[in-house]
Amino acid sequence: MDIASVLKVENLTKRYRSGERDLTVLDHVSFEVETGTTCAIVGPSGSGKTTLLGLCAGLDRSSEGAVFLNGVNLNELDEDARSRVRNQYVGFVFQNFQLIPTLTALENVMVPLELRGERGVQPRAEELLKRVGLGDRMDHYPVQLSGGEQQRVSLARAFINRPKILFADEPTGNLDAETSEKITELIFDLNRAAGTTLVLVTHDLDLAGYTGRIIRLKGGKVVADERVEMLDA
Amino acid sequence: MAWRDSRAHRSRLLLFMASIILGIAALVAITSFGESLERAVDDQARTLLGADLELRSAEPFSTLAESVIDSLGGAQSREIAFASMAYFPKSGGTRLAQVRALSGEFPYYGELETIPSGQGARYQAAGGALVDQGLMRQFGVAVGDSVKLGTYMFPVVGELTKVPDQAGAGMTIAPRIYIPLNLLEQTGLVRFGSRVSYRVFFKFEPGREVANLAEQLENRLRGQRIRIETVESRKETFGAVMKNLYRFLNLVAFIALLLGSIGVASSIHVYIKQKLASIAVLRCVGAQIRQTFYIYLIQAGVLGLIGSLAGAALGTLIQTFLPRVLDDFLLVEVDFILSGTALLKGLSTGLVMTLLFALLPLIAIRKVSPLLAIRASYESDAATRRDPLRWVIYGIIAVVVVVFAVSQTREWLYGIAFAAGLAIAFGLLAGMAKLLIWLVQRFFPRSWSYPWRQSLANLYRPNNQTLVLMLALGLGTFLITNLFLIQDILLRQVAASDSGNQPNLIFFDIQVDQNEALGQLVHSKGLPVYQNVPIVTLRLKSIRGREVEAIRDDSTSSIPSWALMREYRVTYRDTLINTEAITAGTWVPEMPPPADTVLISLESGIAEELQLGVGDDLVVDVQGVPLNARVGSIRRVNWQRVQPNFFIVFPKGVLEEAPQIRVLVTRTQSAESSATLQQAVVEAFPNVSAIDLTLVLRTVESILNKIAFVIRFMALFSILTGLIVLVAAVVTTRFQRIQESVLLRTLGARRELIRRILAQEYLYLGLLASLTGVLLAVASAWALARFAFQASFQIAWLPLLSIVLLVVGLTVLLGMLNSRGIATRPPLEILRAEG
Ligand SMILES: Nc1ncnc2c1ncn2[C@@H]1O[C@H](COP(=O)(O)OP(=O)(O)O)[C@@H](O)[C@H]1O
Ligand SMILES: [Mg+2]
Repeated sequence: MDIASVLKVENLTKRYRSGERDLTVLDHVSFEVETGTTCAIVGPSGSGKTTLLGLCAGLDRSSEGAVFLNGVNLNELDEDARSRVRNQYVGFVFQNFQLIPTLTALENVMVPLELRGERGVQPRAEELLKRVGLGDRMDHYPVQLSGGEQQRVSLARAFINRPKILFADEPTGNLDAETSEKITELIFDLNRAAGTTLVLVTHDLDLAGYTGRIIRLKGGKVVADERVEMLDA
Repeated sequence: MAWRDSRAHRSRLLLFMASIILGIAALVAITSFGESLERAVDDQARTLLGADLELRSAEPFSTLAESVIDSLGGAQSREIAFASMAYFPKSGGTRLAQVRALSGEFPYYGELETIPSGQGARYQAAGGALVDQGLMRQFGVAVGDSVKLGTYMFPVVGELTKVPDQAGAGMTIAPRIYIPLNLLEQTGLVRFGSRVSYRVFFKFEPGREVANLAEQLENRLRGQRIRIETVESRKETFGAVMKNLYRFLNLVAFIALLLGSIGVASSIHVYIKQKLASIAVLRCVGAQIRQTFYIYLIQAGVLGLIGSLAGAALGTLIQTFLPRVLDDFLLVEVDFILSGTALLKGLSTGLVMTLLFALLPLIAIRKVSPLLAIRASYESDAATRRDPLRWVIYGIIAVVVVVFAVSQTREWLYGIAFAAGLAIAFGLLAGMAKLLIWLVQRFFPRSWSYPWRQSLANLYRPNNQTLVLMLALGLGTFLITNLFLIQDILLRQVAASDSGNQPNLIFFDIQVDQNEALGQLVHSKGLPVYQNVPIVTLRLKSIRGREVEAIRDDSTSSIPSWALMREYRVTYRDTLINTEAITAGTWVPEMPPPADTVLISLESGIAEELQLGVGDDLVVDVQGVPLNARVGSIRRVNWQRVQPNFFIVFPKGVLEEAPQIRVLVTRTQSAESSATLQQAVVEAFPNVSAIDLTLVLRTVESILNKIAFVIRFMALFSILTGLIVLVAAVVTTRFQRIQESVLLRTLGARRELIRRILAQEYLYLGLLASLTGVLLAVASAWALARFAFQASFQIAWLPLLSIVLLVVGLTVLLGMLNSRGIATRPPLEILRAEG
């Protein structure tokens, strides 16, 4: 397998059992994402985007098919081993921010590294928070921050472990237009600076337009896979 | 609508309810028990006295009294009771016992229960003794063996298992031996100076007005120092004691209920917080404030009602166990009853408490803005806190608590004092809890590794129930620890008197002609004589020129009649002993014989009761000889030493020729040497009795254990309620925890780490709560030791440590049991959980 593709999805199928019937949410989805590129997964609500992202990050097990993350077949790992892979190679940004309410902004950013048992990570967390423009809000708790600010914190957290790949599930879905734009800029700036591979889930075609590739999902199937010439690449 | 809304959370609501169940159960159990106790006392009042009428005196009945007794008729029974050494030749054991020499068929109601049965009716004819079961067991005595009282050997014809007028606890303190009155002479025990009580029991033919009779007797026996006891008067004294016990237990049950109510309030608080969004949505679609408010109020009401019903059912069940728990303190057979008032009281208290405590968080609903549906905001908190309605509810709760306490104690002052004490206890616990939380936050160990910090931070999570849990668990810990510490203080205090060179064996009832020989006997065993004190008995004749009878009959005088009429056992000496200190006047060591006014020294407590000060005059009657005395000094006496102390001390040179007996105080080094000495003394001087400190110590311990058992039984309700509140709290915040655990897993945490964070959180909680409880308990025990018992205070660290460990262990165990599955939720859920 070519290590140039950090993420490889093969015939990925996910079925949910709802009552008597099986519901196929993902239907033999295959694609590869090369290291250092950006990619958007778009599709209407309910088309299986979140499910796909979750499977790519090893948050759930597929019904059929395989996911290779950084060359490792996630199917062959147990829960804790997949957690370790996530901790090492993956960054996450969620639609609803998902900060730990009992920790300050700074502490939230430090969590991924601290989970590894690393010490002395505060300076790096502070630096990242400054990068996202929250240098003066480090000791604030999530409830004291606006939605946009919370998403910046979660961005800082996503980048602190220098991930190989960043998964973002509708990162601007809960934000107003103006804030969305700023967050989008930040994501791409940070991504570019760190050379991270970005997989972005959205139903916002404008946002998708910033990426180098758009995978269209509908009814659990890939209906289109377009590569765009990056103007500024 | 209220019902539909509760659908999603019904199982959780059940738990909220559980916190009220135990409190109501305790309340209903105690109330029904109290009612059946009252009924039992009514039904069995005759057995409490064993007769229709009893006349009692500390001296043989005078000829006048005897003629009155003769004229009364009915069946009569005589009893002479005193303390004496019982000696069991089989094992050589000897111990102080209550001897009751009886003639006639007393008890007329109830019976002396024995093994083999029926011996209560036969021992008099058989010329044998009935001996207390505990005493027989202690010395390995069986029916058929013998017991020596004084100079007479009685065959033991029965083992006493129950007497009508003494509860189990009393039997431990003063084990009884019944002998036939006609054999009393042969024992040679009732001698000059012995403390003896003489009784006559009457049984009248039905229809005789005993109350009238008692009133007449009161007049006919005036000035005779005879106490008249009827079934009614006995019932009153006994009933008063039982009522106090019952009210005390009731208050303890109320604490459990209060704790449960706080649990309900906090559960509803969290519940409402989590529901704020849906409340806002309801408001958006046009629901009125009133409607939404009632939806939740009805939910809380139904919750309280079901909880109270379950509690009442459980309480009725528990009621059946109470007589067994209280066995050692009950004189009557208490039957199970289904008490309507108890059920009604339980139900209404439960409902009122739930509604009141539910209102506290519920009034927040009135302030929920529909805007919340669009945008989560945390500003509502401050507004609620300023809500005047909140203070109104606090006020009502305070009133309800006071009303309850007053209705239980039947006295305004006590009721209010209880409520205030409760408020202070809760306040202190809450304050202490807050302080600890603050300290931890303030000195947050930033350098600790992540799981430690995260679990600590969890204690401050929004909607956290840390304070409530610390209250609930802390109060339970406090109750148990406090109980333990007080018990420990009391035991240590008794034990302390058995240390060093403190006397530990006292011989009393020594006749003057035996004194020298007894002293030699003690010396011959190589033991010291610490004190050899003369005792003279006397009565007060007049104080400050007024006859004591006149003062007694004067309704404006507040001097208690026991202090006026009692027999005083006084001594004379020329020095103070080490338990005494002069607080006023001057100590007079000796008075040359032709003194017409003797300067005596009064103990400060009795001086206060008699309202006497230095320089006041009084006349005492020493065995018929009047003697003028004046208060020369007031002494403070430390009564906690096991040695003879006296209310009144005479100087040397006055009472030497008066009839007297002596007391001898010594110290033995071991239980064996004490036993051998007592044996030798009993053999040589059968009328001399001994108080052995080790025995006292053991008795105190066993009585304390019995009391502690009862209190612990009640405290259990508070502790269980605390644990239920804990479970409810864990379940309530479960959703939040799942979310967080899933997030951490997404970020790469292993399951084990998440479990560790959870476990550590409960560890902190248990630690903080138990430390709060233990610290407060230590503080209050210290205060009690310092001010109430005047004892030195030492802390037994090991038991305290085990209490802390136990509470922490339980907290972690229950917390983890209820958090099962949290660490294993598939992390994908996090992506679906929409804001
Ligand atoms: N646990 C589940 N059980 C049954 N169906 C599910 C489950 N999770 C998701 N689905 C279904 O899978 C489909 C895809 O969901 P999702 O991946 O969240 O879509 P998207 O993110 O594109 O909006 C939806 O129709 C949803 O109802
Ligand atoms: Mg989605």
